[in-house]
Amino acid sequence: MLAHFTNVITVFLMVAGLFIITARGNLIKKLVGLSLFQTSVYLLYISPGKLIGGTAPILSPAFTVYSNPLPHVLILTAIVVGVATLALGLALTVRIREAYGSIEEDEILALDHSVEDDEARESH
Amino acid sequence: MRDDLVLRVVGRLLIPAILLFALYVQFHGDFGPGGGFQAGVMAAAGIVFYSLIHGLVTTRRIVPDWAVETMVAAGVLIYASVGLAGILLGGHYLDYSVLSSDPIHGQHRGIFWVEVGVAVTVCGVMLKIYYMFASRGGAED
Amino acid sequence: MAVAVWAIAFTRNLFSVVVLSGVYSFLMATVLVALDAVDVAMTEAAVGAGVSTVLLLAALRLCKSEEAKPAHKPWLPLAVSVSTSVLLVYGAWGLPDFGDPEAPIHKNVVPRYLNNEVDVPNVVTAVLASFRAYDTLGETVVVFTAGAGIIALLRRRKKNPDNKGGGA
Repeated sequence: MLAHFTNVITVFLMVAGLFIITARGNLIKKLVGLSLFQTSVYLLYISPGKLIGGTAPILSPAFTVYSNPLPHVLILTAIVVGVATLALGLALTVRIREAYGSIEEDEILALDHSVEDDEARESH
Repeated sequence: MRDDLVLRVVGRLLIPAILLFALYVQFHGDFGPGGGFQAGVMAAAGIVFYSLIHGLVTTRRIVPDWAVETMVAAGVLIYASVGLAGILLGGHYLDYSVLSSDPIHGQHRGIFWVEVGVAVTVCGVMLKIYYMFASRGGAED
Repeated sequence: MAVAVWAIAFTRNLFSVVVLSGVYSFLMATVLVALDAVDVAMTEAAVGAGVSTVLLLAALRLCKSEEAKPAHKPWLPLAVSVSTSVLLVYGAWGLPDFGDPEAPIHKNVVPRYLNNEVDVPNVVTAVLASFRAYDTLGETVVVFTAGAGIIALLRRRKKNPDNKGGGA
């Protein structure tokens, strides 16, 4: 059990992020949940790279065992792409707020449906 | 917030340190933790901190819009031209070992310029995003 | 970190949610240092707790609202989450043990990377900028595209009498 401890923690964080995305209707909270989900995926990738007794992957004559640098590289890219996604999502949220007047998913859907009903009634 | 003494003093102490540290992280990325992304984000964070204290208008005078937009594009161009330089000097795209007579020195040069390109783009994009968000809240037309 | 996540899920004041997400990022950076990922920890701290929090606060200032009370109990998302977590834990059981030096992740390309071919001590920078430079080029282009997208979304047209809200 202890050997898979990190995997269990990572899965809990991942699923908590998934719960926030699906269960909450506020757009900003959904984006925060998305970034939590992404952060837990970083943990998922980096924890298998760690070698007990190893050190950070900076070559130096004093150490022989290094932790695996490959996941670090992939996750560095992932972090920056994640913040780019967050920024674009927030820009969309701001525009939605200006267009609909609210950032709650239910209210936005209700506004959309009422507009569709009005248009359907007008065209008859 | 310009009138708050504590913020002004702390800003005077911290902002040069942040910018200097960003430069350090950029150029020592080969020997310690660091590199282009971290340096770009830290430099942008320093300038955002300045703008939180002294206001967006002052910051726009120091780092004007055209400079930020040029930074956004210039970084990608620097990166791509390092790759093209590899082709022009006889190797593959993004092949660093032909950039200098000694292949190891060529690697150093290539990595240096590539990291500069990455840092410039990341700093420019973060600053531009902050400018866009902060200036949006003015009079809603 | 589990406490921070729980609080984010159930707090309705959006300002506290943003601050809690900054706290979560800092804790994640600490965990990453404990896992020997120093470059990643620096980036996560700068990006997650720095830039990300600033952007969320800026967006919050523009949206100015609090989360509404949830209209119905979230049974379906809870069921989906629990079943997903059971499946994931079952799948993760087959992965190699934590800290196992015989795991296949350490066998394929990494011995070559650690061999100091390019005379740059920071292996992560060497791999990013030299061995895998194409990926970094792609990532820089992604960052550039995000910047361009934000400019396109949030740009203000010049004042136009029959234009509402800053142009389409």
